[in-house]
Amino acid sequence: MMTSVSAVAITKLRVVRGGRRVLDAISCQIAVGSVTGLLGPSGCGKSTLMRAIVGVQVIESGDIRVLGEPAGSTELRRRVGYVTQAPSVYADLSVRENLRYFARVLGAAEARIAEVIETVSLAEQADRVTGSLSGGQRARASLATALLGEPELLVLDEPTVGLDPVLRRDLWAHFRRLANSGITLLVSSHVMDEAEHCDELLLMRDGALITTQTPAQLRHDTGQRNLEDAFLALIEQQEQP
Amino acid sequence: MSLRITSATALRVLTQLRRDPRTIALLLALPPLLLTLLKYTFDNEPDAFEKIGGPLVGLFPFMTMFLVTSITMLRERTTGTLERLMTMPLAKLDLLLGYGVAFAAIAVIQALITAGVAFGLLGVHIAGSTLLVIALAVGNAVLGMSLGLFTSAFARTEFQAIQFLPAFVFPQLILCGLFVARDQMAALLQIVSDVLPLTYAFDALQRATVRGTLGSRGALDIAVIISATLLALALGAATLRRRTA
Repeated sequence: MMTSVSAVAITKLRVVRGGRRVLDAISCQIAVGSVTGLLGPSGCGKSTLMRAIVGVQVIESGDIRVLGEPAGSTELRRRVGYVTQAPSVYADLSVRENLRYFARVLGAAEARIAEVIETVSLAEQADRVTGSLSGGQRARASLATALLGEPELLVLDEPTVGLDPVLRRDLWAHFRRLANSGITLLVSSHVMDEAEHCDELLLMRDGALITTQTPAQLRHDTGQRNLEDAFLALIEQQEQP
Repeated sequence: MSLRITSATALRVLTQLRRDPRTIALLLALPPLLLTLLKYTFDNEPDAFEKIGGPLVGLFPFMTMFLVTSITMLRERTTGTLERLMTMPLAKLDLLLGYGVAFAAIAVIQALITAGVAFGLLGVHIAGSTLLVIALAVGNAVLGMSLGLFTSAFARTEFQAIQFLPAFVFPQLILCGLFVARDQMAALLQIVSDVLPLTYAFDALQRATVRGTLGSRGALDIAVIISATLLALALGAATLRRRTA
């Protein structure tokens, strides 16, 4: 399924924050129309890498190309959707009011609002103030915002945290549909069983990229059936010189 | 810059405020209540109240908009909505003007109510036109808003943002000539007050209420108010970073 075109191409990325190297020597490619999982323990630099890709992170050195443009360029603001880990919606507005505002900012059609509400299954809560919703519902409202503009690349930072299994399954199914329609998705998670849903895995640890593999390859190389065990085996392999 | 995004932002800010009726009530009721309180504390010195009552109508919006904007902007920064907007096709000016339009609208209502109470119920007599005082009040509100916008960048928490009121606004209020005429102050303080924008805001209000005309010095006042507003907005825009560490 690998295509020759890269939605994201990163070369030797380094990010330093407060004198500490948060990301070092990161190089990777993300194929167009793929679902790529960015996995690793909390604090390993996943969010920073995502912030660098959407162009809101100050970087020390390296090159990031997104859809052929330098990351963060003005032209990309319509083509990239980004959902932060904390739901970034206005707590004192309803779901629909939030979406209406962001739709106007993005220049998205009014009809998209109802569509994205449907996509994240928030129709019943659409007119409730976002601050009164549950954590999972708020996360979905935030996700809906990123879907408004029909972006070519979606960067989702832990979108399934705190969601129930049914909703998680539905969301992953939706991510798959989006990918099938040609959208590229980069989804982070610290839960290894979510890796199953991805075409390609970027495994991170301590600010470095350990490996880039498909789930099947990872299992094969480590001889483990469970992806969590495979990840641990990989770390052990690396620690033994 | 886009009219669509600017107006959507103004509408969004007003909708957020509407969800908080207590804040609206405080915004609109406090200035007239405080003025009333002041009138009766000056019960035996009606002339003294006469001198400050008029100008105060135009100074309240400066203070409230400073505070409201600092907090709203800080929330925008801490909840991640600012970062989200910065990844979208929104010009910084869209955001700043959206805020400006929304808060100026609130300031108009606030100034109308305060003026109604001051000039109607409390019988404050002013030499100039009420309309001019209200226009100056709205100008001061926008000045307060832009200063609040700028200073909010230096606050990490809402506690800090609230402390910026005594830090940035009270000294200006004390030195602007409201409590003590500027020529009665220590020479150094006169010089300090020369560079504070509220000094000019107060001077214009005093001319409008006590003398009845702005005159050429009043025109200078207004030029300073507008320049200070634009400078604070430009500095505020510089603190809205697309990329952060």
